[in-house]
Amino acid sequence: MNVKHYIAERAAKELKDGDIVNLGIGIPTLVADHIPENIQVFLHSENGILGVGPTPEQEHVDKDLVNAGKLPVTVVEGSSFFDSASSFAMIRGGHVTVSILGVLQIDEKGRIANWAVPGKSVLGVGGAMDLLEGSKKVIVTTMHTTDKGESKIVKESTYPITSERAVDLIITDLAVFSVKQDGLHLIELAPGISLKEVQEKTEAPFQIADSIINGTEVTV
Amino acid sequence: MGKLITCEEAVKKIDSGSRIMVGGFGLVGCPLSLVDALADSEVKDLEIISNNLGEPGRGLGVLVRQKRVKKAIGSYFTSNPEVVKAFQDKELEVEVVPQGTMSEAIRAGGAGLGGFYTPVSVGTKIAENKEERILNGKKYVFQEPIKADFALIKAKKADTLGNLIYNKSARNFNPMMATAADTVIAEVDEIVESGQISPEEIVTPHLYVDFIVLSGGN
Repeated sequence: MNVKHYIAERAAKELKDGDIVNLGIGIPTLVADHIPENIQVFLHSENGILGVGPTPEQEHVDKDLVNAGKLPVTVVEGSSFFDSASSFAMIRGGHVTVSILGVLQIDEKGRIANWAVPGKSVLGVGGAMDLLEGSKKVIVTTMHTTDKGESKIVKESTYPITSERAVDLIITDLAVFSVKQDGLHLIELAPGISLKEVQEKTEAPFQIADSIINGTEVTV
Repeated sequence: MGKLITCEEAVKKIDSGSRIMVGGFGLVGCPLSLVDALADSEVKDLEIISNNLGEPGRGLGVLVRQKRVKKAIGSYFTSNPEVVKAFQDKELEVEVVPQGTMSEAIRAGGAGLGGFYTPVSVGTKIAENKEERILNGKKYVFQEPIKADFALIKAKKADTLGNLIYNKSARNFNPMMATAADTVIAEVDEIVESGQISPEEIVTPHLYVDFIVLSGGN
């Protein structure tokens, strides 16, 4: 399986029946393909849709029906449309259960940067700050390192942070971390990945769950 | 009391230097016939309030290419590289507001509110020059309302009184913008007699709408 789909599939396992879910652009969008069949979730799109459905066939594309990435979508039975102010009231008001977002970097406190690059003008933020502030649970899906092999999980972010709010769960191609008051906790290794590799490729300090310590030959 | 006018008549009401809200999420729900009519007019030095500035050479992107936009207020301009270039060349001033803050600020503008405190953007670069306040132990920043001289909006259908309904995700910013400008011009795909839209379905009541133009009409 493509590694990005692996991450998306792992993220989809976090969803529960009845969740209202907002998916960001990139790997998060792929989560829609992996939602377990035994649960029903409702996809929220910040441009004013609750109940986003699959991508339409070319002949069924409706120019007035797009997701927040401006890509054509469909809607499922029981869906609704609303204006942008109502949509963000849902987000800020804590009515969206889970947001799954992409990132540029994550710091040791679990705060993320996903909207601006240092040295470049800030010309777009979209709904990133709103989603991070208001969603009940925030899951980040990302490749563990950049294309250059640098850790995306860093002590201190070199990019401007999106919010002071820390995310709840970080899912990468190598591992899963949960974020607690005292920082990052490694709770899962991806199949075939060693603790050593995760330690080498993670700049930020993290604690290691007992289950991993007991299940690995690496001395910690 | 006729509200129906042509796109040409509509843009004649707009002077250079006006502050104009334009509906749409990208090109979806953008009043493209009104924007094209603006592009054919002589107005310049416009201040545009819109989530984006169209695409290169499409929608509001036409006005950017013509250098008619002096300042833009919105949430996401990086999707149009010509906007980025105009900003770098100092031809265009840009103010970035988080999307939820922007839509609520327009709603507040239309609802007669003096602003609101939002937790969104606290501690980030966007909140650097904003008043911060702690309410019930949580940090908020103050956001002023957003209003304009004109709102150019897009709806699916109007009745002759100016009651509006929208189409799917083309609704987006349009209903708030209808409330927050001195003069509101609605571009619609279809006009029906009053009474032909159920009162239960009307999203924007007619008191907000000053003029109606037909999409693709002249």
